Amino acid sequence: MSQHGELLKVENLKKYFPIRKGLLGKAVDYVHAVDGVSFDIMPGETLGLVGESGCGKSTVGRCLVRLYKPTAGRIEFEGNDIATLSGPELTTLRTRVQMIFQDPYSSLNPRLRVRDIIGEAMRVHHLVDSGGWEERVLELLDAVGLQADHMARYPHEFSGGQRQRIGVARALAMRPRLIVADEPVSALDVSIQAQVINLLESLKEKFDLSYLVIAHDLSVVEHVSDRIAVMYLGRLVELASDRQLYLNPKHPYTEALMTAVPVAAPGGRQRRKERRLLKGDVPNPIHPPSGCRFHTRCAKVTEVCSAEEPLSIEVEPGHLVSCFRYS
Amino acid sequence: MQESKELILDELPTSLRGRVLQKMWHLRLGVIGGLIILGLVLTALFCPILSPRDPYQQDITKRLKPPSWMEGGRPENLLGTDHLGRDLLSRIMYGTRVSLTIGISAVLLQVLIGVGLGLLAGYYSGKIDSVISFLVNCMMGFPFILLAMSLVAVLGPSLQNIIIALGLTGWPVFTRVTRIETLRLRDREFVLAATSLAFSTVRILTRHILPNLMPSILVLGTVEVARAIIQESLLSFLGLGIQPPTPSWGVMLAEGRNYMLLQWWLAASPGVAIFFSALGINLLGDALRDLVDPHLRKS
Repeated sequence: MSQHGELLKVENLKKYFPIRKGLLGKAVDYVHAVDGVSFDIMPGETLGLVGESGCGKSTVGRCLVRLYKPTAGRIEFEGNDIATLSGPELTTLRTRVQMIFQDPYSSLNPRLRVRDIIGEAMRVHHLVDSGGWEERVLELLDAVGLQADHMARYPHEFSGGQRQRIGVARALAMRPRLIVADEPVSALDVSIQAQVINLLESLKEKFDLSYLVIAHDLSVVEHVSDRIAVMYLGRLVELASDRQLYLNPKHPYTEALMTAVPVAAPGGRQRRKERRLLKGDVPNPIHPPSGCRFHTRCAKVTEVCSAEEPLSIEVEPGHLVSCFRYS
Repeated sequence: MQESKELILDELPTSLRGRVLQKMWHLRLGVIGGLIILGLVLTALFCPILSPRDPYQQDITKRLKPPSWMEGGRPENLLGTDHLGRDLLSRIMYGTRVSLTIGISAVLLQVLIGVGLGLLAGYYSGKIDSVISFLVNCMMGFPFILLAMSLVAVLGPSLQNIIIALGLTGWPVFTRVTRIETLRLRDREFVLAATSLAFSTVRILTRHILPNLMPSILVLGTVEVARAIIQESLLSFLGLGIQPPTPSWGVMLAEGRNYMLLQWWLAASPGVAIFFSALGINLLGDALRDLVDPHLRKS
């Protein structure tokens, strides 16, 4: 464990994807998907990571489970740097950090039965005594709200929500400490979303888990997160507890995100703030804007914004913002 | 925009109905193909019992007899006799053994090489992919006959070596198909999940990717069996394949060539046998392709 007891500590994480061209496949340019991201997750905590599509939030998640190898930076998990692990150490890590995927229709192998989807990892890594794995599969099915007779079925016999539950059970089979949930409900019907979210919440205590929940939908993140990190074009712009962030968003981008959430109270309470729509699209991450990356779309842009990069400043305890308005 | 949308909506039901009709038609033909193949397999297995005569038994006095229904034909030689007086029908039936053995074994060898390389190329991409893809392109550009001839010339003509020659020349199609499909599957989330569950590459390739490729490989495999049978007869016709007196359809075709004008049945019978077996296998392959077409399965 590191000094403050963090479960996970990410420092200055960078992931660039090379764009290869020509006969020899020389890298002519890079997509700056993640460009200097730092945050931490405490044991038992749920951190929400929000941002528009293409801002690099999924890339962060995939770096944490080491589906991607980071270009630079440290990822400290339980005190060890995991950014450069390989071989058996990487295998050990993967039993501790697991992932839940976005699309339940593509995340389950259509040729395997549920029994094998959930149980394969336990057999391969000898996580339970031989012979005991089917019992454990039953326990996990029960824990995610599925029935014992679902064991022998194939994925196509299930609905989206049920499939996502199978995906959750598969991740739990490894007995992880941290689960990276990459848009866990965005592919589901709204009526099912709440069920899956509640499932994740209840499993958190039962299995002593911590989560990184990645989403583009603030209402999902708001419900589950203790703290929320807002990401824009490869950088974190704001990190705060969900209360701080919702009552008192500091960064202009966060404000815009907040006001974009529709309020489900027609004719009732007035909208908290006037809707502030963002103009334009997210700039190209191959050549991100100079200075503050948000300055091309920011309503409160000043001269310094395009010239210098804003540092992350703690405006109140536990509330970090990267914006010149607060420096 | 508006117009193109309407166009698509109008076309959709018709094209779907067309596809379903086409599917049923193909399935019916597939059953016929399946029956032909069943007949071939039974013939190959039981030809010592089924064949009316010994295919090696020569009788110069009864050479070049026409089929029994023609003038001068003998009832005991249904399809007539060849230039050494051997019973043509019996030889055709024994030829089934050679053709099926070579067709199936050669394709199994092709699958072994081709699918293996395709999985590697698709999964690893990068340099491995470049090397394998280059090899595939070279193989596809090289004239088959020259390559197969050189291989048989070096190894010597025998059943086993023909299988090797056909296997070593025919695998690139399997690599192409496997590589593309593997590339497509590699970034699917269930493969990513397998990676994050710390499964070995071998396990991911064989248990998570390969089973999802089986439909394509099966369909391609049937078509390739037909091709291998035709190629065997081609090699045998050129004298590089099965050696006489072993009855192979290609050998019989070659022997019949000299009598083409007057005793046409000598060449026609093995020709018809090749035609029907290739047709049967292709019909079955077509039906299989329809059965595994995901668009039709969903509807």
